[in-house]
Amino acid sequence: MLPSRLPRQAPYALALLLLVPALHLWVPEGSPLHLSDFILTLTGKILCYAVVAVAMDLIWGFGGILSLGHGLFFALGGYAFGMYLMREIGHDGSYHADLPDFMVFLDWKTLPWYWQGSAHFAWAALLVVVVPAAVAAVFGFFAFRSRIRGVYFSIITQALTYAAMLLFFRNETGFGGNNGFTDFKRVLEFPITSPQTRSVLFVLSGLLLAGTLWLTAWLTRSRFGRVLAAVRDAESRAMFLGYRPQDYKLTAWVISAVLCGLAGALYVPQVGIINPGEMSPANSIEIAIWVAVGGRGTLIGPVLGAFIVNLAKTVFTSYFPDYWLFFLGALFVAVTLYLPEGVLGLAARVRAVRDRRAAAAGAPS
Amino acid sequence: MMRTLFALLLLSCLSSAHAALDPAALQALAGDDLDARNAAVVALALSADPQARVVLLALRDDALYTADGRVLVIDGEHLSDAASGASVAPAPDSPEPLTVNNLLRGQVGKALALGDLHSAEVRVRRAAAHELADAPPPAFAAIMHAVALAETDAETAALLRNAAAQAKLSSNDAAQRLAAVQELASSGDPAVAPLLRPFAEASDADPALRSAARAALAAINDRLYWGELLDRVFTGVSLGSILLLGALGLAITYGVMGVINMAHGEFLMIGAYSAYVTQGLFQRHWPAAQAWYLAAALPVSFLAAALVGVLLERLVIRHLYGRPLETLLASWGLSLILIQAARVLFGPQNVQVDNPGWMSGSLVLTPSLVLPWNRMLIIAFAIAVLVLTWALMQRTRLGLYVRAVTQNRPMAACVGVHTQRIDSLAFGLGAGIAGLGGVALSQISNVGPQMGQGYIVDAFMVVVLGGVGQLAGAVWAALGLGVAAKFLEGWTGAVIAKILVLVFVIVFIQKRPQGLFAQRGRHVEA
Repeated sequence: MLPSRLPRQAPYALALLLLVPALHLWVPEGSPLHLSDFILTLTGKILCYAVVAVAMDLIWGFGGILSLGHGLFFALGGYAFGMYLMREIGHDGSYHADLPDFMVFLDWKTLPWYWQGSAHFAWAALLVVVVPAAVAAVFGFFAFRSRIRGVYFSIITQALTYAAMLLFFRNETGFGGNNGFTDFKRVLEFPITSPQTRSVLFVLSGLLLAGTLWLTAWLTRSRFGRVLAAVRDAESRAMFLGYRPQDYKLTAWVISAVLCGLAGALYVPQVGIINPGEMSPANSIEIAIWVAVGGRGTLIGPVLGAFIVNLAKTVFTSYFPDYWLFFLGALFVAVTLYLPEGVLGLAARVRAVRDRRAAAAGAPS
Repeated sequence: MMRTLFALLLLSCLSSAHAALDPAALQALAGDDLDARNAAVVALALSADPQARVVLLALRDDALYTADGRVLVIDGEHLSDAASGASVAPAPDSPEPLTVNNLLRGQVGKALALGDLHSAEVRVRRAAAHELADAPPPAFAAIMHAVALAETDAETAALLRNAAAQAKLSSNDAAQRLAAVQELASSGDPAVAPLLRPFAEASDADPALRSAARAALAAINDRLYWGELLDRVFTGVSLGSILLLGALGLAITYGVMGVINMAHGEFLMIGAYSAYVTQGLFQRHWPAAQAWYLAAALPVSFLAAALVGVLLERLVIRHLYGRPLETLLASWGLSLILIQAARVLFGPQNVQVDNPGWMSGSLVLTPSLVLPWNRMLIIAFAIAVLVLTWALMQRTRLGLYVRAVTQNRPMAACVGVHTQRIDSLAFGLGAGIAGLGGVALSQISNVGPQMGQGYIVDAFMVVVLGGVGQLAGAVWAALGLGVAAKFLEGWTGAVIAKILVLVFVIVFIQKRPQGLFAQRGRHVEA
């Protein structure tokens, strides 16, 4: 496992995090240094994805559990915060009604019980954490207790997010059906599309990523992380030594889900929409490829992976839309076949080869 | 039966047939009294005189005229007397056309349909029966009943029996009505329930009739219930057979190699597109044999999917054995590439794969239980594929090797099984079976680049539920899931049913992590 080099890089990362919104806010629009709305939102979005990637890495890279349903937790966080954003629209919707537009459209007269309190930011923030945690805890408790693991676990998580997607597609579920939530106006009374709000959201996403990295670094270096790695490498042996693998897995699983939920909550105000498509199995499996591309079991790898894949996606879908899926598919195959440790592993290998060459050249003939 | 029919026909001949039609009856047809005109049409329908049919056809085609107190049939330039059929030489001055209103026209249609019941062609007889099924004139009851008894086509006979009973129901004779109610009770046709309800609810009707109507309604509801139940089971089995076609190949690839192949759904897609291409080739080169393109599509699809399967195994999957999670991701990547390739080659829209004529239509067991032929053929096809696969796995040397590799790979290699070749062949076989499934799917659902994705989660549920590497498990799991899904659909709607099934599988796996049919033996996991 590569040692984490987070502390040394931290000041640069922080500077970059402040530089991007500064370039957006205070550099005039004509200047070549000005960063557009598009770039700011894109980077903010990818920062949220990076949080999800690190969360995924916590359970896959460090815990050996491949989840194909992490998009569910991301979307649940997004929906929980989206409820608040929908209520913040107030009477400014197309129907100027008390209820969110889609409920008026469905001819509902009152808010369903699970929408109670959603107008309060604190309650929404609580839901963002509690809902993904609860779903993950209940599912994980039963799954790990029955010692479902490996590919079985992956497939069951895929079925879970698929089922949730079908559920959220229904209008009767009460989350806007196909269209989900959109047309947000304000967050905490600030207009949601103003450059200032965007910049704050961007910085918050960056801070969340930093916090996630810090938490993951701390967790994986602690005694907990070592047992988790032991469970990953030899579950039966860890069990025979007196540890309860399911407890360690469940803890990592729930933490990972909560991080995804937080990322989802910051993602929704930045992109301005959340719909059931976020829960599609394809989305969840893409998270795995971010981690694989960057390098599993490392801290910074997943962040790199999230940036590489999503920037590539942006480039491909705008310039060569027909080739994006070919590229993504090839990436899946190439990374698993040739880069089992991702780009970080590749870099390490290149360094090792260079060092060996240098050593050979420097050796007396 | 034929004798009864003959006797009845004879009877009707005696009652109304003469050498020619009765001119007085024709005059009624030409008159203004609607009831009398109706009665005249009915009388013509019951007449055995061939001239009656000529008159009815003329009435339908607006070719019937009156002139000088006579009724004439004018066919182009040719005039003939409606009663005798004899030509009328000097044309009368100003023949007036008979007006036919919609009500009368409907009556004429039914009268002609009655005649069509004796046609030699099943198609014509069936169409006639359909025409008569809706509010038949009471006077036709006896003939329809008699024809129904002699009818060889089940659908036509059932329709006619109903129509006869319906006709009797409006008769004035209490005994006739009672008999009709009893007749309808045995039909099980849900459409007759509204006809019976007035009798069951009317307080002034005679008690015997009322209780008979009530019993009849109860019997119909009962039959309806069973019909629906059987219908659900049938659609469930039909869905199950499709799931099975999707899951069989998966059971083989996962069983042999422990490889979760996320691109499996795309083999279904390849099979379906192969059927589409075969159809196109037939259209261009052998239009005469168009109806049989499906037979050619089967081997083509099998080979196409198997070829792609072997290729992918050689190029990618082979290098990932023993790393199931990586295999899963790599095969997902392959599936993305295959989907996009289909999109580039055939366009993003769904393509049209036609049902050949011999697959359309349906078998009507009872009015509430209609089994489409294409679904039945697919069930039969799934069974055939299952039997072939089973035979291949249990009765051939290849199957023996495959099973040997499944059970103990190193040991199989030790005794000289070329395990790598077996891997390739088994993967190709699994892919080929999926290709066959794709042909079946092309007959009942859309063929598009994304079609495989819709089945992959379900197919995995089948394999997970059935237990790894188990053909028997896959069969029971597929049928069980199919039937369960269809029954739940009836109560909760399609989406909730799907969610419930997924939740059920998730819960089930908690209890039996090895699936329905766990392989016996002690396993030590690493």
